[in-house]
Amino acid sequence: MMSMKLQKRILQMIIYTILVITTIAVLYPVIWILTGSMNPGDSLFSTRIIPESLTFDHYIYLFKETDYLLWYKNTLKIAFWNMVLSTILVVTAAYAFSRFRFPGRRQGLMAMLVLQMFPGFMGMIAIYILLLQLNLLDNHWGLILVYAGGSIPFGAWLVKGYFDGLPRSLEEAAKIDGASHVKIFYKIMMPLSKPVLVFIAITNFIGPWMDFIFARLVLRSSENKTLAVGLFEMVTGRGNTEFTTFAAGAVLVAVPITILFFIFQDHLVEGLKAGANKG
Amino acid sequence: MSSLARNSMSEVQQNDPTVTPLQPKKRPLLTRPRKAALLSLLFMGLGQFYNRQFLKGSIFIALEAYLLIFWTVPFQWAMWGLTTLGETPQRREGFEIIPGDHSIFLLIEGLLFFISFLLFLWFYYLNIRDAYKVAVKSEQGIKPNNAKEMLKNIWENGFPYLLLTPSVFFTAFLTMLPLLFGILIAFTNYSAPNHIPPKNLVDWVGFDTFVKLFQMKTWSATFYGVFSWTVIWAILATATTFFLGLIFAVLLNQKEIRFKKFWRSIFILPWAIPQFVSILIMRNIFNGQFGPLNRYLMELGITDSFIPWLSDPLWAKVTLVIVNMWFGFPFWMVLMSGVMTNIDKEMYEAAEVDGASSWQKFWKITLPLVMFSTAPLAIMSFATNFNNFNIIYLMTEGGPVNTNYAYAGSTDILISWIYKLTLDNSQFNIASAVSILIFIVIAIFSIWNFRRTRAFKEEDMMS
Repeated sequence: MMSMKLQKRILQMIIYTILVITTIAVLYPVIWILTGSMNPGDSLFSTRIIPESLTFDHYIYLFKETDYLLWYKNTLKIAFWNMVLSTILVVTAAYAFSRFRFPGRRQGLMAMLVLQMFPGFMGMIAIYILLLQLNLLDNHWGLILVYAGGSIPFGAWLVKGYFDGLPRSLEEAAKIDGASHVKIFYKIMMPLSKPVLVFIAITNFIGPWMDFIFARLVLRSSENKTLAVGLFEMVTGRGNTEFTTFAAGAVLVAVPITILFFIFQDHLVEGLKAGANKG
Repeated sequence: MSSLARNSMSEVQQNDPTVTPLQPKKRPLLTRPRKAALLSLLFMGLGQFYNRQFLKGSIFIALEAYLLIFWTVPFQWAMWGLTTLGETPQRREGFEIIPGDHSIFLLIEGLLFFISFLLFLWFYYLNIRDAYKVAVKSEQGIKPNNAKEMLKNIWENGFPYLLLTPSVFFTAFLTMLPLLFGILIAFTNYSAPNHIPPKNLVDWVGFDTFVKLFQMKTWSATFYGVFSWTVIWAILATATTFFLGLIFAVLLNQKEIRFKKFWRSIFILPWAIPQFVSILIMRNIFNGQFGPLNRYLMELGITDSFIPWLSDPLWAKVTLVIVNMWFGFPFWMVLMSGVMTNIDKEMYEAAEVDGASSWQKFWKITLPLVMFSTAPLAIMSFATNFNNFNIIYLMTEGGPVNTNYAYAGSTDILISWIYKLTLDNSQFNIASAVSILIFIVIAIFSIWNFRRTRAFKEEDMMS
């Protein structure tokens, strides 16, 4: 009996050891970037995880000497409008595909399925030329349009799947009472599908913060850049001498997005699961 | 029942092919419906006039007349551009540059016209069908809709189209057109240094680009090298995160472990932090010369020289997989914990009654159930990793340099290679050929995955 207990103790010790080691591995980069942003000096080499003294100089430098605030504003603007536009497009398309039977429906669904499989920037060259022609290059609206267009196929399949799962009886009752399509949509469908709408809105809001490819393709001038591009150039350019400035910038991006993530955590997990099963 | 509902009901019946009336046997060849259809084939709207639907008819006639008068010449010109991609190259006379044809603009313009033309053909077909159907109905004694009824009908039955219009517009111009263009580029010689407009013309070359990709030594060596690393990377990246996630889900699911919530919220952090930020942080941590990791290792005496985390081909690959584990495991951990807590407790109790050890319970109950419900996501994740541009490019930029490769580094995967080919080296045709190949791989996976899922069976789209 004693040995059983001992065995259990040892197993527990091992498990806790693994958990603690992983915690260190997970937290180290986080703490390092936090303290890094407050380290005196500005190079990567001189950065210590426990700095000799703390300073907010890099944050001040970030706001005063770089375009960081502008990038932040740009990213927020693009993220917000992409969220609005994508959600509207995705939801209207999904509603049409889920609730109506019309000629062309099957073909439309099929087309979206195929489109969703193409690597996003296969059409990069064409998008570039198209935006050039429309005078939307180096313009935030150009980028927003590209993002919103790209979000339709996947999103519409996902939301359509969700709509399909909602009972139709409520709508039919409303229809008999003479409610119009628009009214049914706003009064019945929208409230019922809140979880999936939140998922679509959040993913489309976060998307532009992460995207690097299209932002770099479309936005050219420094005052139009988004955070992803700006921060990347801060780390790769000029031999890591701006490391602490980058750290400060990274912290200011990561904190709000991480908080957003924790708030909507359950929605994100649910949405991803649904995405795997349905679209 | 309201009139609206009845209206849409009758529409459903009309669309149903089984309800079309049986034709009596002895009838002239040119029945009324056929006449109407023929007239509409001749010129849009004539059949509608024949059916005494004057408003609809005049709109159709006006549409076709407008297109014929104003768009025939541009259309011909666009088709010429699409087929030839231009004939006069840019010239120089003294100091003056005389612009020639710009092949790429011609290609896009031609494509736009071609898509519009297809849409028009489809509309033309609808016009003929409409003339036929209305005539059939009027033969049965159903009066054709007058203008007011028509508008109402459009509002009722056209509602899905109205909803779809913005999406279709966006998808057509920002997804479909660019993709078609991208595919077509693979069949041209659009590449630096000799075929870059506006200086030079681009020509159709058929499958030459693919032949070049597979048979020319520098290209094929790069392609096979990059392709095999892409596959290895996708498998390793998916498998390591999947199993690490599984291990942590199991550990945190143990009854004896305390502070579960605490551990869970810590382990979820790598997923919560924006990925590009953490990749850039990792890039600095693993920096061979100045990074803190090498410094610690040396201070602790584990190694006595810098480990080339990102500058040695093999180490760089190892680093990528390790870093990806850091990002990837929380997702699986959360997902699998969810599955595990949803497993019916009675199953475990029944197993305990039968004297199963906890090891057996894990292998026979937990693992199969978890695997079953996460398998589709694992396949999707393979596809995502196959195209995981961000981690590769932001971490190593594809480096270190590989002299055997054309425009690619040792850790480049196909997608980052394409990026370099397109943006840095203007090898558009090769890039496009490679992306077609990527599409084929991803499509096979996605279709296979899709066919197994419920949504698809419901839609009955592929069987």
